[in-house]
Amino acid sequence: MASDDVWILGIKMTKFGKYPDKDITDLAADATMAALADGGVTMKDVQLLAYGNLVGGTQGQSLQKQVGQTGIPVYNVANACATGATALRVAYMAIKAGEIDTGLAVGVEKLAGAGLLAGGSRGAEKDEWTPEGRFGAVAPVDGRIGTETMPGVFAQIGMEYGHKYGGTSFELFAKISEKNHAHSTLNPLAAYSKRFTLEQIMGDIMISYPNTRPMCSANCDGAAAAVLVSDAKLKTLSKEQQRRAVKISASILTTDPWEEACQVLPNVNTLTRNAAKQAYEKAGIGPEDLDLVELHDCFATAELVHYDNLMLCEEGGAADFFNSGATWRDGKTPVNVSGGLESKGHPIAATGIANVWEIAHHLRGEAGDRQIEGAKVGLAHVIGLGSACGIHVLEKSGL
Amino acid sequence: MPDQIPFVDYLVLGDQPHLVANECTTCGARFFDRRNACASCFATEFKKVDVPTEGEVRAFTIVSMAAPGIPVPFVSATIDCQGTSVRANIINCDPTPEAVTLGMKVRLATYVLGDKGGVDAIGFGFEPVS
Ligand SMILES: [Zn+2]
Repeated sequence: MASDDVWILGIKMTKFGKYPDKDITDLAADATMAALADGGVTMKDVQLLAYGNLVGGTQGQSLQKQVGQTGIPVYNVANACATGATALRVAYMAIKAGEIDTGLAVGVEKLAGAGLLAGGSRGAEKDEWTPEGRFGAVAPVDGRIGTETMPGVFAQIGMEYGHKYGGTSFELFAKISEKNHAHSTLNPLAAYSKRFTLEQIMGDIMISYPNTRPMCSANCDGAAAAVLVSDAKLKTLSKEQQRRAVKISASILTTDPWEEACQVLPNVNTLTRNAAKQAYEKAGIGPEDLDLVELHDCFATAELVHYDNLMLCEEGGAADFFNSGATWRDGKTPVNVSGGLESKGHPIAATGIANVWEIAHHLRGEAGDRQIEGAKVGLAHVIGLGSACGIHVLEKSGL
Repeated sequence: MPDQIPFVDYLVLGDQPHLVANECTTCGARFFDRRNACASCFATEFKKVDVPTEGEVRAFTIVSMAAPGIPVPFVSATIDCQGTSVRANIINCDPTPEAVTLGMKVRLATYVLGDKGGVDAIGFGFEPVS
């Protein structure tokens, strides 16, 4: 243990799914109290709360009012699908800065039954043509100048990769989804844990070619929370707490640097690659060292490009890498053994902490039926369109 | 012939309809929206430049599910117009994976999007070069 290390002391996710009888604060409180209990601490120990609830718009103060008002600062964060990772990083940075020794990060969302998110709305038509907005458009542009829907945007991102490097097809993207749904059958906390055949996936309702419904992330309810501590704080705790603690070897957040086309079709590649490079350098770990990866498969088409962006394969080799079986749970670099966003579900602000929980669960050796044996190092990745990329590299405690 | 108005202000109508971009005079970065400064080099001077009307499909999707009121299916694409990327629908083409292909050559085409008060709004898309 080095003196400036930051550790995850306690972490928990709720089961993802439908909670008609719970409100956002109930879910946040469930995850928070479970994470505190998992770490063996209480709200009295917590010196900072970083809270994310992107769609619901609630504040961390509502959570405090239910689980403990101690006067600590709350940072309410929003960063699209990287909201949870951003909350985690706020707590991490405060500990790194020496301001606090114990911080709490919480992400929560209620999305069960939500339809298409982002761009899924067309504004009202007016009686006369009036240019409006930054494009001087006389009518809504969604559907007339391309699509703003997430399934459509990420479909194009996968197709663009195929155009650049070849090797992709509807069937290949569907096979990625087949893998993640197969993985989900071992995850009791997944919103959906049903295995699909390739034929079922390809024959399901087409949302935005080549993404059919099971190839899209599932809207659902859920929350996740993590308690982070400094190295000095961890040393004051029990041997058991130290043994179960998970080291954050890198915590990185990037946005997309300007490149040609990035304001036409979002470029989710460069900022992910930049974040990965920084994360590997900071952690002193290479992609070949990773025992498992949870990456942002908001759509099956997205998972493919991130194999490349995270440098799990050689540049341009994502299709071959997948076809080799490397990313199945018994492969060289298991990816999304939780089932991924396509089956575990994607309660937006919770996702960036739930991914870290999944990795931590394996590093602690507590993942039960889906345990990746002997896992020592893992990486959790999220991306929010706009864009923001969060990467956390996690290591098992040496104790 | 009724009066016409372009769907967006970066579509120029006339005998040879085409798109125009705001090009940063310092670094050459191109943008289609109203600018405060250049996202690439932060300069604030721009000039209008014509964008080539022919290009190739670099990415596409066939949208089958969209917000209420948007006719589906339609093809959304990113067109590489000889170095300038453009977002557009592919039009005058079946919205099927058999008819639309990556790398397909396309050209700008316009159509009447609607009529209000005797004024036609003219939209644009890209159609296959046959
Ligand atoms: Zn510039």
